[in-house]
Order: sequence, then C-alpha cells, then structure tokens
Amino acid sequence: MTLPTAIRGSSESRPSMPAMGPGRPGKIEKAQNPRQALARLFFYLEPYKWTMLIVLTLVIIYTMLGLIAPYLIGVAIDKFIGVKDAFGLVRIMLLMLAAYVMNNLFQAIANWIMARLSQLALKQLRRDLFQHLQTLSIRFFDTHTAGELMSRLTNDIDAVNQAVSQNVISLVASVLSMGGILIAMFVLDRWLALSTILVIPIMFWFTEFVARYTRQGYRDLQKNLGGLNGVMEESISGQKVVKAFRRNDSVIEAFRVQNQAVYQAGVYANTYALLLMPLTNVLGNFFIIVLAGTGGWLALQGLVSVGMIATFIIYGQNFIQPLRQLSNLYNTIQAALAGAERVFEIIDTPQETVDPIDPLPLGSIEGRVCFDQVTFGYEPDNPIIKNMTLEARPGHMIALVGPTGAGKTTIVNLLTRFYEIQNGKISIDGKDIRAVRKSDLRRQLGLVLQDTFLFSNTVIENIRYGRLDATDEECIQAAKLADADYFIRQLSQGYHTILSERASNLSQGQRQLLAIARAILADPAILILDEATSSVDTRTEARIQTALLRLMQGRTSFVIAHRLSTIRDADHVVVINNGEIVEQGNHQQLLDKRGFYHHLYLSQFKGQAI
Amino acid sequence: MKHIRKLFHFIKPYWKLAVVALVLLTTLVFSDLAIPLLIERIIDQGIKQKNLTLVIQTSVLMLGISLLNTLIAIGNNKYSVLVGEGVGRDLREAIFVKIQSFSFGNLDEFTTGKLVVRLTSDVSAVKSLVQISLRIGTRAPLLMIGSLILMFKTDPHLALTLIPLLLVTTGVIVFFSIAMEPMFRAVQQKLDRLNTVLQENIAGARLVKAFVRADYEGERFEVANEDYTERSIRLMQFMSTMSPVLTIFVNIGIVTVIWYGGLQVIHGNLMVGQIVAFTNYLFTTMTPLIMMTMLSNTWANGIASARRVNEVLDTVAEVQEDPNAQPLPDQALARVVFNNVSFHYCGDVERPILEGVNLVAEPGQTIAILGATGAGKSSLINLIPRFYDVTEGQISIDGVDIRSIQTDSLLSQIGIVPQESILFSGTVGDNIRYGQPEATQEEVVAAAQAAQAHEFITRLPRGYETHIEERGVNLSGGQKQRIAIARALITQPKILILDDSTSAVDVETETKIQSALENNQRKHTSFVVAQRISTVLNADKILVIDRGQIVAQGTHAQLMQSSPIYQEIFDSQLGNGFHEGERPQIFDGVNAK
Repeated sequence: MTLPTAIRGSSESRPSMPAMGPGRPGKIEKAQNPRQALARLFFYLEPYKWTMLIVLTLVIIYTMLGLIAPYLIGVAIDKFIGVKDAFGLVRIMLLMLAAYVMNNLFQAIANWIMARLSQLALKQLRRDLFQHLQTLSIRFFDTHTAGELMSRLTNDIDAVNQAVSQNVISLVASVLSMGGILIAMFVLDRWLALSTILVIPIMFWFTEFVARYTRQGYRDLQKNLGGLNGVMEESISGQKVVKAFRRNDSVIEAFRVQNQAVYQAGVYANTYALLLMPLTNVLGNFFIIVLAGTGGWLALQGLVSVGMIATFIIYGQNFIQPLRQLSNLYNTIQAALAGAERVFEIIDTPQETVDPIDPLPLGSIEGRVCFDQVTFGYEPDNPIIKNMTLEARPGHMIALVGPTGAGKTTIVNLLTRFYEIQNGKISIDGKDIRAVRKSDLRRQLGLVLQDTFLFSNTVIENIRYGRLDATDEECIQAAKLADADYFIRQLSQGYHTILSERASNLSQGQRQLLAIARAILADPAILILDEATSSVDTRTEARIQTALLRLMQGRTSFVIAHRLSTIRDADHVVVINNGEIVEQGNHQQLLDKRGFYHHLYLSQFKGQAI
Repeated sequence: MKHIRKLFHFIKPYWKLAVVALVLLTTLVFSDLAIPLLIERIIDQGIKQKNLTLVIQTSVLMLGISLLNTLIAIGNNKYSVLVGEGVGRDLREAIFVKIQSFSFGNLDEFTTGKLVVRLTSDVSAVKSLVQISLRIGTRAPLLMIGSLILMFKTDPHLALTLIPLLLVTTGVIVFFSIAMEPMFRAVQQKLDRLNTVLQENIAGARLVKAFVRADYEGERFEVANEDYTERSIRLMQFMSTMSPVLTIFVNIGIVTVIWYGGLQVIHGNLMVGQIVAFTNYLFTTMTPLIMMTMLSNTWANGIASARRVNEVLDTVAEVQEDPNAQPLPDQALARVVFNNVSFHYCGDVERPILEGVNLVAEPGQTIAILGATGAGKSSLINLIPRFYDVTEGQISIDGVDIRSIQTDSLLSQIGIVPQESILFSGTVGDNIRYGQPEATQEEVVAAAQAAQAHEFITRLPRGYETHIEERGVNLSGGQKQRIAIARALITQPKILILDDSTSAVDVETETKIQSALENNQRKHTSFVVAQRISTVLNADKILVIDRGQIVAQGTHAQLMQSSPIYQEIFDSQLGNGFHEGERPQIFDGVNAK
C-alpha cells in the first residue's frame, strides 16, 4: 500500500493561478509582522464564518473517514481473508468503498466551498484596496510612479492569491489528519507507533538542513537576478543609444558576466532546493522499511497481525505526506504574508484631508476666485508659493505666465485642492474652499491638462467622462463644439472606436480636442487649462485655439499660457517668478512697463513653442 | 511542438548531461518497482513462513536500494539543473545578442517591456519545462509500463479487471486537462482587464479627482473585479476538486484489488503479500497519470513561452549590411545628399512618413529642420545613420550610397543627440565617455565645455565623478541634454545630428551651445531638428517639413520672403507682440547675416 516513493506531491505538481505581474522567481521574503498580517487577512474571511464552520465540520468528517479505511484494510486481511470468510470480505469491502468515496466526496465539497470563499475574500481585499486608492491624495500619486505602484499592487496581491489558491484548507486537513493518525496508531499498537514517531525529528532536521542552504542560495540568486535585470532593462530601454554609439559589444560583455553569475547561483540554489525531494523520499522508504522490519519481527513473535502491519504502512504514508507539503507551503505563505503586509500598508496610508462636518453648499456660482496671502510648499520649509494674493473676476480669463518652476502648476494644484495650502485662504464667491466639500468644489472646476489622459474605452465614453448622465446627442454636440467631430467621424468606428492603450491611434492634437470636448460637456463654472508646450500641426492648432476660446466664453478661466496668442487674448496676465507675482496687467500694459515680463518675453517667448 | 523542436538546438550543447540525467531517471524506475516486490517477499515468504532471517535480509536490501535510489535521484536532479540552467543562460544570451542586432524598426515593434518579459519570465518558463522533462519525462511512462507488466505477471485476470478503470481514469484526466485550458485563458484575460482598470486609475489619478469620478471608477473596477472573481472561482473550484475526484478512482481500484484479491487468497490462488504488492502497482500506474495533469500547466506555459521566445529569435533585422560594403574613408568630407527619398514604417504603406525628399548638405553646413510634431523631422534624420532604411530613393555621403557603407564605419562618423536624453548608470564622466571609451579626461572636459555642461558639472557634489542615478533623476532635463550633447561631440563626428536636443535648455544656454558648435562648425556637417524658431535662425539652410514633404527651404531671410508657412510659424512664436521698431532690435544679428 505504499505510494510509489518518488513521485508524490512535489511543489511543481501543484497547478497555480495565472500570475498577475512578471514572476518573481523563488523570492523568499518575510513579513515584518506576520502575525498581524495573518490576523488582518483572516478578517476578510469573517463574513463567511458560518460557512467556514461547515467546511471545518466537513474537514473533520473526511479526516476521520480517511482514518477508518486503512484500519478496515487491516481488518479485512486479518479477520476475513485470513479465516477465508468470503461473505464477510464482501461486506467489509463495501464498507471500505463507502468510506473512501465519502472521504473523497466530502473533500471535494469542502474544497469547492473554500475555493469560492477564498476568492470572494480576495475580491473584497482588492475592492478595499481600490476604494482606498481613490481617497489618497495627489501627493501620494506624485511621489509613487504608476509603474512602481502597479508592480507592487499586482505582485503583492498575486502573492496572497498564490497562497490561497494552494489551498490552505488542505493544510489544515493535513495537520488534523496527522494528529488523528498519531492517536489511532497509539490506540492500535503502541510499539509500532513509537517506531513511527522516530521519523518525525529526522524529517524536521532534513527539512531545516535543506532549507538553510536553499534560503542562502535563493538569496544569492535573487541578488544576481537583480543585477542581471538592471543590465537588461537599462540597455534595452537605451537600445537606440547603444546602437548609435556602437556599444553593442561592450553591452553584451556586461550582460555575459551577469548572466554567468545568475547561472552559477541558479545551479546552486536549485540543486539544494531539489535535494529535499529525494531526501524525504528516502526517509519515507526508510520509514516503511522500519515498519515492515519491526512489524515482521513483531508478527513472528505473534504480537501483531499482518493486517495490522498493512494498516500501519498506510497510516505512515498518510502521515509523511503533509510533512512534505508543509515545507513547500512555508515559502508561499511567507511571501503571501509579506505581500499582504504591503497591501495593508497602502490601505493604511492616511486619506486626503477629510471634508468639514457641516460643509457650506456650493451651488451655482458666479466664479469669483480669490487667493488671499497664500503660502505653500511641497515640503513645509521650502515654500513654492509665497504670500500670493490674486483675484479673478467672474468670466475673466487669467493667463499665468512665468519661467519653468515659477509655481504656475502649483497654483492649479491648490485651487483644485490636490494639495492643501499652508497659510492664507483661497475662496470662490467668497467661500473658503476648505469649508466646502472637495467633490462640490471640483464639480465646479473643469480641467484640461497638458498631458491628455484618455481611457481605453470608446471615444464617446471618453467624452461622457465629463458628465456621466449625458446622452449620446449631448456628447456629439460637445464634440462638435470642440471641433472634434470631423476627425471622430473619420475613425474606423466613428464615436464607437475604442481608443487603444495610450490612445496611440490619435494624434496629440486630436487627444487635446477630445479633452476639450470632455470639459465642454462637464460645463464647469471655472476652467483650468494647461497649454501644451509641444506643437501640433498648424491646422489642428487653429482648431484647438478656436475650441478653447469657445469653451472659455462666460467662464472664469485660468490658463497656464505657453502661446503668445493666448496671452494676448487674456483679460489679465499674471506674471509669476519664484512663487511670487511680480507683475500683472494685460499684455500691452506689461510690455509697456519694460519690466520682468518684457525681459521674459524677449528671452523666453522668443521662440518657445508655437 | 514546432517551437519545442527549435529549442532542442539550445539543449544540444548539453546533450551528454541530458542523456546522463535520463539514464539515471530510467534506473530509478527499476528501484521504484523493486520495493513493492521486496515487501511482498517479506510478507509472503518471511512472515508467513516465520523466517526471521529473510525478513531482516530483505529489509536491509530494501534499505540499500532505497539509499542508492536517493543517490541516483540526487544525481538526476543535479544534471537536470545543470542542463536547465545552462539552457536558460544560453537562451537569455541568444535573445540579448539578437536584440543587439535589431534595427530601430524592430525595436519599435517589440517594446522594452515586451523584450524584458521575453528575457525573464519566458526564459524561466522554458527552463522549468526542460528541467521537469528531464526529471519526470521518461520516468512516468516507464513506471506505468513496468507496473502494468508486473500486475499482469502477478495476476493477469485481476490486471484485466482493472483495465477499464484505468481507461476511465485516463479519460477523466484528458477531460480535465482539456477543460482547464480555456478556463485558465479566461482568468488571464479577466486579470488583464482588471489590471488595465487599475493602471488607468493610477495613471489618470488627477483626472479622476478633478472630475470627481471616484464612484464611477469604483463601479468600473467592481465590474472587472466581479468578472475576474467569478472566473477564478470557477477555475479554483475545478482545480481543487480535481484531485479528490481522481483519488476516488484510485480508491475504487484499491477496493477492487483487495476484494478480488482477497477472494483469490481465500481460494488459495494468491498470497496476501501479492495483494499488497498489487495495490502498490496500481498506485504506480495511476499517480503518474494524475501528475501529468498537474504538469500540463507547466507544459502549456513552457510551450507558450517558447513560442514567444522564438518570435524574437526569428526576427530578421530590418536593416541589413551589404556583404560587399566598404568602410567610409577617414578623410570623409561628409557631403550628404537625399535623392528623392521616401519612407514609411515597416508594413505601413498607407501612411508615408516622408515623400520625395531632395536635399543637399554641403560639408560643414548646418541644416535646420522645422515642422510640427509628427511632420517627419525625426524620421528624416534617422535615415542618415541607417536606423531605418529608405523605402525609395537614395541617401549618399560623399557620393556613396549609405547602403554600401559598412554600418560600423558609418556610425563612427556620426554623432547623435537623441530627442530623449537617455543616460546610463555610472558617473557623469562615464556617460560622456560613452561615445568614445578611450577618451582622456581632457577630451571629456573639452566636450563638456563645448556642450556648455562643464560649468554645472563642476558644481555637482563630485564633479565628473558624480554618480548618475537611475535614468538621471538627479539631473534636470537641460542638464541631461547637455551631457548627451557632450557625449556626441567627444567622438568628433563628421556628421552631427541634434534631434530637438536643446528643448529643455533655456535660450541663453542654447545660444552659448550654438556658438560653441559654430566654432567647430566647419569640421562637421550638422542636422538640427527644432521646434523653436530661435534654434534655427542661424542655420545655413532651413527645411520646413509638413506632412512628410519639404514645403520650403532656404535661409531665414529667404524663407521670410518666400514661405508663408515659415512666416506663420515665425509670427506665432515671435511676431506681432512687439511695438513697431522693437523687432529689429532682437533680430538685428539675424538680418545682418
């Protein structure tokens, strides 16, 4: 009744879920506080505690059934085959069949239920994470790159998923069954049982021995892999430069060195990791041999029966099986806890400032915007905006002008409350923007940013993003006003063309027109525009200009201006340098002053993008 | 399978190791099959006949076999790891070397991300495939065959009874494997969707907040999350019940054996030990089957990865060197001529990038190229170093078609400052020296001075020894551009190409760079792509490109007279805002030229 000794439950025979991110080969990580991470993960299973109880009952039942079958085999051999009782044999065989089938069926049911529960719990974890991401401040997104965040989120959740899908429930069942087997063995025959227990410490010692070398090996491998990835990513992303400067050979040389190091580390780590299997196998064999030997001897003394030996051999096999799994699962669980910890770290990141308890209503507004002695710095002791006072009258167009880094974009960040001012006050129609709900405030603002972001969705849905309840006709109307209608109709599916990733099927100018259509549809009282610095072709350029002017009609607008024509059209030009307003007035007045603007005009606008 | 066959090429250097691994693996089967036979002997001949010596002898023999077995298994592991890791290393190198031969067109097709995935996850999937095949490959089928033979030898009748069960099990396993594949794919698909939503949400965080769309985004995510969860529940349920269901078959087999065998023992046709051995054989036939199902995943992944790896390895570099190509003489004058050049990106015949471009750049001249984004400026200059090949017409240097010049020799005469200033990890000095590794410190400083970079470099904490952090985050855009210019200048190229490479530099510094370049000017022919008109004012020849065609060319003064488009660009950038009489003030220098 021994299972074939060599090919049993190895780690690679477990199917795994598709991975989310690029694989992290053999990475062994430890959570800072594994207990806490585990507790919080369990919290996600809380809603299913009654179902879990059912699962647990099932597990207990099938573990017991698993204990009965080997016993029955022994009984069959001793009581019926031995005494040639054919009728009794049939009866006990039917009983055994029932026990086996029930065991497997219950196991299947328990697994079936758990698969669902664990995925539901993971779904909730993902949902919580996403919901929390929505509440985080722009500062958070500014300080973590999208790529970094993505790879963290996907890899970490994936690590948790891998552990869950490796069926932690079977681990629980294994531990239960180990306990059960031990008890059963002692009840049946304590001498045989004692010889079984001998194996346990040796097993642990083996595992620990192998694990020590494996851990070290994988750590080295990981380090070398990191080095190799560094070389690869750098040279491939700079491939065009490598080629232009004919450095291919030296790059290949650097790659070879790292590649060889990875090879050596890989051979070392994997050789040790694979050692565990033959070692546990020999142990398994050793165990059976001890049982067969002592059993045989005891049988000859008339102390045990042949059937009893058979029962013990099966028990022994079932006992060793989970021990193998344990060492495999160990790394997966460690990685999962480390991943969970980082997910919780994001969930624990404090939210954007919370809205006041009784916010002022901000209904239909005129659009008078005042900055009153505003001071702000991204780092508290390094102010970017210093003591700034500024007033925008309803319907006026304000052009913000200044050298790079003067603080123009920061003004936008403050008005939208992406960042909170440190001193002073910003008000709209006399209401401090901190006294109203952030969502109410932002609904009044329309943003057209320089780097136009579009979603991989249809054109019409991208426009509708401006106002979700807009009808198709309204979206098309907005596109017409933005002068985008003509090119949308030329797309293969018109308004229902799906924009590919990063909207590479649209030109930069066309993307801007879509963003303008989106803002038109939103119909905000206050408009904030960050003009694009790079040029688009002259025809599209003219269309954008007209569309923008149409959009700004009757709204208070702030424009971070890069184009001379925009500045000339503005009601009011605010010249900013080093976080302070140095001059204001209209274009002509400012030129007449022959001050900073005049200088800036000569040096910067002398040629900056169209 | 075709893709796997191709990979044999990579196993070839290790064929001896691989054969050793497989031979060891085969030996293992014999010892695996011997153990049940020996157990049978203990029970039937030892215990039954009360022969203690036989029990002990057999036990010791089993122990010996088992130890030998372990040594063989360790040997097999060692050799399969050597082969697997070796194949992994060679594959990585082959892909990497292949990438080095790629032209720009190929690089556009495979993005950096894709190539990195080929080099990492895909190689590692192929590696696992090789390793597992060597560790399990022959063993599973041989074990099955061996056990079947022994089963028939022990009791052909009982063996025959079990055949239907084996067939049904095989059928169920095949069904599982086939059914699982599309489920896996569906999960992967939903996962990609989920990741897209997350990715867009993060990348567009500002927009989401500005439009107060957190709830809407939440719904979008919820839909994707729900879809994904539903699919993975299905897959997980399927996978986690597979094993108990298959075990049912094994257990039915065991019951059958004991039942039937027990009756045979009662009738005196079989011995108890034989039944025990029989059940063992049953296990050895069925477990490999079950294991294969589990491994089918590794196989499927490995094969899919092999396909993707082959895609890279099979790519032919778009630009090929003519075997009869000649080097460019050292004394090249660098007279560059475009003769009726047309160009479109590979396979994109519908969208010509350049059409019928004619251009003569005399030695030492500066040619400026002006036009809107996407007009074809960068494409034009990328044709000179043969980053892409012209689709029609001809480009020649000193009268020689560049396609009959050795690529290496051609590139050695050209200095390029790309649009995006990519710097590498290392010191500032290393990066400048990138153009010419054997350059002396004096040459590095001279190049930096010409690029107006010396001043800021000496102000860095460790001067030329300052380490450049990842992608140069510790430098401003303008600083990076100036280092990139120095990197190109240090090669003392005959042809200098600046692809909008002073865009992040302020106008004052730009003027300084230009005057430094002018000192060198007669030494090289230069091509300058620009968006700012101030960059191009002093050029010997200005080309205005619109939609892939040269719509005007000449000096600034000529174009102001003749080209309405040029005037339009000039006006939108510089014109109109001035009072009468103010304009000449700044442009005095230009007009005098």
